[in-house]
Amino acid sequence: MTARTADTAATDAVPIIAARGVCQEYKLARKSLFGQRERLAALQDVDFHAMPGEAVGLVGESGSGKSTLTRVLVGRERPTAGVMEYEGRDVWSLDGAGRRQFRRSVQVVLQNPRSSLDPRMTVGVSLVQPLRALHIDVDPKARVREVLEQVGLGVDVLSKYPHEFSGGQLQRIAIARALMPHPKVVIADEPVSALDVSIQAQVLNLLKDLVAELGLTLVLIAHDLSVVAYTTSRVAVMSAGRIVETGRPADLFRHPTAEATQALVDSVLTVEKGLEGSALL
Amino acid sequence: MTTQTVLDVRGLVVRRDDLKAVRNVDFQIRAGQRVGLVGESGAGKSLTALAVMGLLQPGWTTEGQVLHDNVDLTTISDREFSNRRGRTVSMVFQDPLSALNPTKRVGAQVSWVIRRHTKVTRDEARARVLDLFKQMHLPRPEQLLRAYPHELSGGQRQRVMIAMAIACYPQLIIADEPTTALDVTVQKQVLRLLDGAVKDRGSALLMITHDLPVIAAMCDYVMVMYGGRLVEQGPVGEVFRSPRHPYTKGLLESQPTLDNIELEGTTRLPSIRGSVPPLHAMPTGCPFRTRCDRATAQCEIVPELEGDTSQAACWHPLDAHSPVVGA
Repeated sequence: MTARTADTAATDAVPIIAARGVCQEYKLARKSLFGQRERLAALQDVDFHAMPGEAVGLVGESGSGKSTLTRVLVGRERPTAGVMEYEGRDVWSLDGAGRRQFRRSVQVVLQNPRSSLDPRMTVGVSLVQPLRALHIDVDPKARVREVLEQVGLGVDVLSKYPHEFSGGQLQRIAIARALMPHPKVVIADEPVSALDVSIQAQVLNLLKDLVAELGLTLVLIAHDLSVVAYTTSRVAVMSAGRIVETGRPADLFRHPTAEATQALVDSVLTVEKGLEGSALL
Repeated sequence: MTTQTVLDVRGLVVRRDDLKAVRNVDFQIRAGQRVGLVGESGAGKSLTALAVMGLLQPGWTTEGQVLHDNVDLTTISDREFSNRRGRTVSMVFQDPLSALNPTKRVGAQVSWVIRRHTKVTRDEARARVLDLFKQMHLPRPEQLLRAYPHELSGGQRQRVMIAMAIACYPQLIIADEPTTALDVTVQKQVLRLLDGAVKDRGSALLMITHDLPVIAAMCDYVMVMYGGRLVEQGPVGEVFRSPRHPYTKGLLESQPTLDNIELEGTTRLPSIRGSVPPLHAMPTGCPFRTRCDRATAQCEIVPELEGDTSQAACWHPLDAHSPVVGA
């Protein structure tokens, strides 16, 4: 862990968001009319947490359970077993006020901003929406201006529609929207994999800055190890519904112990390996 | 055109009304050569491929010549073109789920390609498809012949697409982002199969992608495209180790790599400022000049590709020996 996370751990040992022994099962479609419905265990006994101000990565190949865990972490799905905690309290037994607090404090940025922003709403309306939906009583204009500044956009974007922007700008807008309700935790699910290479770096830099400047907790979900290594200080590797390894990115990638981590490290192609002719070996 | 050249593109322009998406592109591909075409979305790389394949959407028109197998592909009829597609030139698309017919079994789809271009019986074609599936390391190939596309995984579908593309030993295979839609762990395997298949058949490969490591792994020559123009081209090692165009250098530097993990912490990834302008707002002159730190008034005039083994279209090219991160 970096000095930064060690500090926060010392003063405030309660993780801001934590899944403890979480299992999630889905019932599959009936195969015959009177047949038993089979169950698919998408998460099995998962322990995952993030300390306040920490940037944590979650990697794994598709189907490993990353997105299911995301849905559990943001409170969209109730786990079939285990506890989902926010600031040390079980999210699913909170009272109304506590639940509202949780909803405001944990926000999500999704992979494709073109499908997460309403094409018929101007950016301005889209940005104010979370304030209304979550009944947050602040001056919307002032808040919008503040947030746009944080993500490096001008007020001229407010009257435009999503189709007028490039992917990178839209992802900034999606991040701005997630920041509107003053969240403590931002969960970003593959935030750069739909973006062009030269834009990916901009968005990753932005996320990194936000963690540092606003003291945000970031959970970054990605399949690309190098993206996660660059942005976070601790990484959990998922495989087949379980977390198989956790550690500092540099250590994980230099000395992977779990098979799934090894497979992910091996799958990373680099320009250098390609030029040496060893990339496909 | 020498007999060794399988594709000779001269002054290619792809436009819709006044919007030029590909602006005067020239390149040659020799037999067995592997060429990478790299660029961001909107650079015009896919339109270049579609123009070569005669698959542009209605509304797009081309100018210039696309010489292949002693004919100009821009002038031949649809019927002549369909006699060629899959036989002398074939394409692997990014998303196999939309490129395959969802209502037909995958074995039959590959077999059609073979029977369209060669005189073989149904059984002979089936045997050849089975061989291809085995070469592509598809599991349980006999059963897979009878599977529908939705029953296969993404990697398996893409392997079926590659089987289809190589079935008739084409002179040229165009692969447009063949692994972008796949899981990282499958990407390498599919690239390895494509690599082997192209090598075995001696076909030339035009690999289109935004992914520089993929180009480095698969190609021996690279062309960097931006704003509809080729801005730099040359042998992969030379261009990637010592890029001369600021755009190429920016692309190379903005790759997060595991080699410099020390990035974690406070350092920032170098990035290219701004984003690719939309077609109608593409600047005159050098297309990159609005995002370039080295731009001057001179850049309002379009620079020509200049250089020996590798060429860059830039008025203020970087020193050939300036080092790049990770190289």
